[in-house]
Amino acid sequence: MNDLHAILTNIRPEFDFTTSEDFIGDGMLDSFDVVTLVSELDKCYGISIEGIDILPEHFQNIAALEKLLEKYGVKP
Amino acid sequence: MNFTFSHRRLAGLLAIVPANEHSFMDEMANFNAPVGRSLKLKEVMGYDKHRIVDGPVCVSDLACFGLEHLFESGSLGRDDFDALLVVTESPDYFMPPTSNVIQGRLGLKHDLFCMDINQGCAGFLIGLIESFLLLEQPSVRKVVLINADVLSRKVSTKDRNSYPLIGDAASITILERSDDPAPIHANLKMDGTRCEALIIPAGGLRLPSSPETAVLEKDSEGNLRAKDNLRMDGTAVFNFVQVEVPPMIDELLAAAGTTAEAVEAFLFHQPNRFMLEKLADKMKVPYEKMPMNVVEHYGNSSGVTIPLAIVHNLSERIVKESILACLAGFGVGLTWSSMLLKLGPMDFCEMIEYK
Repeated sequence: MNDLHAILTNIRPEFDFTTSEDFIGDGMLDSFDVVTLVSELDKCYGISIEGIDILPEHFQNIAALEKLLEKYGVKP
Repeated sequence: MNFTFSHRRLAGLLAIVPANEHSFMDEMANFNAPVGRSLKLKEVMGYDKHRIVDGPVCVSDLACFGLEHLFESGSLGRDDFDALLVVTESPDYFMPPTSNVIQGRLGLKHDLFCMDINQGCAGFLIGLIESFLLLEQPSVRKVVLINADVLSRKVSTKDRNSYPLIGDAASITILERSDDPAPIHANLKMDGTRCEALIIPAGGLRLPSSPETAVLEKDSEGNLRAKDNLRMDGTAVFNFVQVEVPPMIDELLAAAGTTAEAVEAFLFHQPNRFMLEKLADKMKVPYEKMPMNVVEHYGNSSGVTIPLAIVHNLSERIVKESILACLAGFGVGLTWSSMLLKLGPMDFCEMIEYK
């Protein structure tokens, strides 16, 4: 899912998302970035991530994001 | 808790918004975020214009302005109503009640039931339920329900969490008995254990305002706010809404023996566009049945957003015909409530600007 890096970098170009396992804890994504990210993922993959899935643990790192997307039928 | 009413109607609705309009584009520099990120947020959340009172305007100012308009236009007689409810989180004073202040300023009769209710985003639903209960008394012919807030005065302009979406406004709803036996279903839930998710920490007796509570403090996301300001835990509130609201609507529709397809309009509290889109997706409600445009035009005025959604989107239709509407409010308390009822035809449904 190279697209994920591109989407994340588009939201916060100042960070290298390959170097962190905790985007939120490391201050790379704040709560509004998560909202923007969900909106971008919805548009990019033609899905609608449910509100109850918008929890910090689903946006912590690339593996967590991939797992979340798999739930909505997006395969790596 | 479930409620059922009948022989009640919303006879008229007036929305009052400040003429003073602020723009998110002009305010972006106040927030701790680059322009690009703010613009993305604008698109996703629907931030654009919001109405903010100019100067020390209070709830009673907006309410008296609106009531005078109704008296002068002949839409409401000064002695035609027997109860005056004010739902607000930003009262003029601790004491006396703002409803009494309004009664006194307008010289209304002494034989009037005045009551304040401290509620916010579910305040329109709470006000409707209280009004319908009051109408069980034969001595109460009409209830004037005022929802009003000037919370911009309690929000830090440097708080990206709250300031871009805040709006000031008031609404006046006239409620009375009707011949229509159609049932009105409502439900209501509250959870005080989560009361700090939306709070103004200082200014009450628990933590009186002082020079210390006025000091701006930076949070983990770089927002600056004081303890005197409104504080919203955005993540907690978002999750509360997404978890609690869809099943509440399911319960309401089941109690009424109907389906979402039969509902013509879902008129929900308007926190931001993103939250409403996620609710609509979860509930499989088409976006065109759920207006989401109040924040971008007026801001989030807590208990007034549902009346604004009605007036902004449905005023021409609602004075001519009846529609089956599902209302829902959710927020401070935490409180969540919904109602299924026929709206209209109303005697009036309009908006005026406070200058």
